[in-house]
Amino acid sequence: MNGSFFELRDVKKHFRGKPTIAQRILAATGNAPPPPVLKAVDGVDLSLNKGEVLGLVGESGCGKSTLARVATGITKPSGGNVVYEGRPVADLHGKERLNYLLKVQMVFQDPYASLNPRMRVGKIVGEALRVHGLLPKSEIDAAVDRSLTEVGLDLAYRDRYPHQFSGGQRQRIGIARALAVKPEFLVCDEPVSALDVSIQAQVINLFMDIREKHGLTYLFVSHDLGVVRHISDRVAIMYLGRIVEVGSASAIFSTPAHPYSAALIAASPSTARRKRAFQPLKGELPSPLAPPGGCPFHPRCEHAMAKCREVRPILKQIAPGRSAACHLHHSDNT
Amino acid sequence: MTSPLLEVRGLKTVFHDLAGAWPAVDGVDIVVQPGEIVGLVGESGSGKSVTGFSLVQLIDAPGEIVAGDVLFKGEDLRRASEERLRDLRGDRIAMIFQDPLMTLNPVLTIGEQMCEAILEHRSCSRQEALKKSSLALSRVGISSPDARLRQYPHEFSGGMRQRVAIATALLNEPDLIIADEPTTALDVTIQSQILFEVQKLSRETGTAVLWITHDLAVVAELADRVAVMYAGRIVEAGTVDDVLDRPRHPYTLGLLGSSAATVAPGERLKQISGTAPSINARPSGCPFCPRCERALPLCAEVDPLPQLTSHEHSYRCHNPVSESHAS
Ligand SMILES: Nc1ncnc2c1ncn2[C@@H]1O[C@H](COP(=O)(O)OP(=O)(O)OP(=O)(O)O)[C@@H](O)[C@H]1O
Ligand SMILES: Nc1ncnc2c1ncn2[C@@H]1O[C@H](COP(=O)(O)OP(=O)(O)OP(=O)(O)O)[C@@H](O)[C@H]1O
Ligand SMILES: [Mg+2]
Ligand SMILES: [Mg+2]
Repeated sequence: MNGSFFELRDVKKHFRGKPTIAQRILAATGNAPPPPVLKAVDGVDLSLNKGEVLGLVGESGCGKSTLARVATGITKPSGGNVVYEGRPVADLHGKERLNYLLKVQMVFQDPYASLNPRMRVGKIVGEALRVHGLLPKSEIDAAVDRSLTEVGLDLAYRDRYPHQFSGGQRQRIGIARALAVKPEFLVCDEPVSALDVSIQAQVINLFMDIREKHGLTYLFVSHDLGVVRHISDRVAIMYLGRIVEVGSASAIFSTPAHPYSAALIAASPSTARRKRAFQPLKGELPSPLAPPGGCPFHPRCEHAMAKCREVRPILKQIAPGRSAACHLHHSDNT
Repeated sequence: MTSPLLEVRGLKTVFHDLAGAWPAVDGVDIVVQPGEIVGLVGESGSGKSVTGFSLVQLIDAPGEIVAGDVLFKGEDLRRASEERLRDLRGDRIAMIFQDPLMTLNPVLTIGEQMCEAILEHRSCSRQEALKKSSLALSRVGISSPDARLRQYPHEFSGGMRQRVAIATALLNEPDLIIADEPTTALDVTIQSQILFEVQKLSRETGTAVLWITHDLAVVAELADRVAVMYAGRIVEAGTVDDVLDRPRHPYTLGLLGSSAATVAPGERLKQISGTAPSINARPSGCPFCPRCERALPLCAEVDPLPQLTSHEHSYRCHNPVSESHAS
């Protein structure tokens, strides 16, 4: 996998759970068990080629946002490496680190919370250019206008505040801000989930247009499989902090290999199906504080074998360009 | 044809402020037959929740129901006494909300509140009520129901809590359930579990359901009929097949085209330009006119009345999409 544009290598992000009162009392007396560890991201390997869109899907709490934040450098991983253009970003300093932080931009789910309510739109979009001195002062206004035009916002809006915009317009502001610094890679965390369907379509079209125009690379996080299928070249499916399957979007959606991918695709509603006989997936989403042993999906899996309760399957290639973490597909080690 | 379970005609609910009275629900007609599942879809702010609350007369100031009839089994709920309405709610008509904590009381055990829901409307022993509650929990797929009855809402996961709310709503075998986005906050695998149970219970007990959602796909898979709401009105209604396969209203067609599932991957989505008007800035004429590709000069002037095609399919549009259009 040498020469990938962007890679995550065995990336982990563990959080210490909040100790309960009893645990805190015990801690004060010196005989406390360590507080529980929440493994939000637990050993993720992913690589992206330049110009491709990798969709990342999975249910609530599986670690998608945490992974996105680690990829953009907003959060430091607890283990593993983020590798940008062949170099671990932990080794980058000064100008090189700034270059990584600028070339890899994030677009957030909640366009409202991610925009400073006291700043005018023009200032929000031009902020990074100004703070990092990327352009002479005299050129910043023109650059801001270019960004706003690109995302389809009227230049008259430059002097307004975020609360004066609709959800879809705010998301455009967030995209304009990311584009202003001429990024190569956009990490988009549920960028259309908060929007109405008719507005979602406008913003998805915008994402596809600017990708084509600038040859951008996307990590596109969403829990909406319809959206991910539409925009992605490849798809990674995440469950409880780990990638359980990755491959081309068309392959995964037509013949999912991992039983969880299959369940997710089967459960995801579609306007094409009518009077469906709903089939419930057994069991509840397990708590990430106490993930099941063996394969973390085994309690909900209809194909679970004895081995699945004991041995955690690793993510292995099952076909060219296709990997899955499932004993059913690892015939060599049964 | 059986007589409808619920028949709503010309329902209008306004919100008052200093500047005037703004219609959130503006002349809505809905008919639900016994045992039928009807989807009410529309984007944020279109008036779905206000419609749901208006049906059971739960509109508080500054809101006010100002016109229309709400007939439940022929009885006009707009003219029913508060006592009569209390009697119907939680018995013949149940509501389920997006947030199950709206129906579940955090300081009572599940068993206590389920029993209370029964004893409020039925005379039976506590023992019998507990037994019935336990049965209701197992019917929605909750294992060891007797132990679960002794637990508090916070001891359940979000998906389980919603199933408890559904089990509670079903305790008295209501004739109608009004469900306002009960699965919107849940993951798809959990949603699918809940839809499975709703479908099963509707089939087994003949309960009719009004399922409110912004998700057209859920309605496609669950409902018999669908009503599409825009700016406080039902702009198109009919069987799921008629409305989704042969939409006549440009808004319905636009919604279907906006959904990533209806076009090939990577292709541009058909977008609807602009945004929906807020309740105090609704245009005259057809409220969809400013966003509509098919708008005629007439549309800005005259609000179109509901048109009925040969079947049960109705739409409000001066320049409807042609009948032959297949999507
Ligand atoms: N700062 C933090 N401290 C402690 N735990 C955290 C923190 N951030 C996230 N978590 C936990 O890590 C897990 C993964 O969270 P994350 O937000 O990455 O999930 P997600 O897949 O983005 O979910 P969603 O679809 O709901 O956005 C969750 O259990 C969450 O509670
Ligand atoms: N208490 C209130 N006071 C004033 N206006 C209100 C009130 N409740 C609702 N409205 C307005 O009525 C309109 C319809 O609201 P409603 O909650 O029915 O929308 P909805 O279709 O359920 O949307 P969502 O999908 O976001 O739940 C909205 O424009 C809303 O702003
Ligand atoms: Mg998230
Ligand atoms: Mg609502």
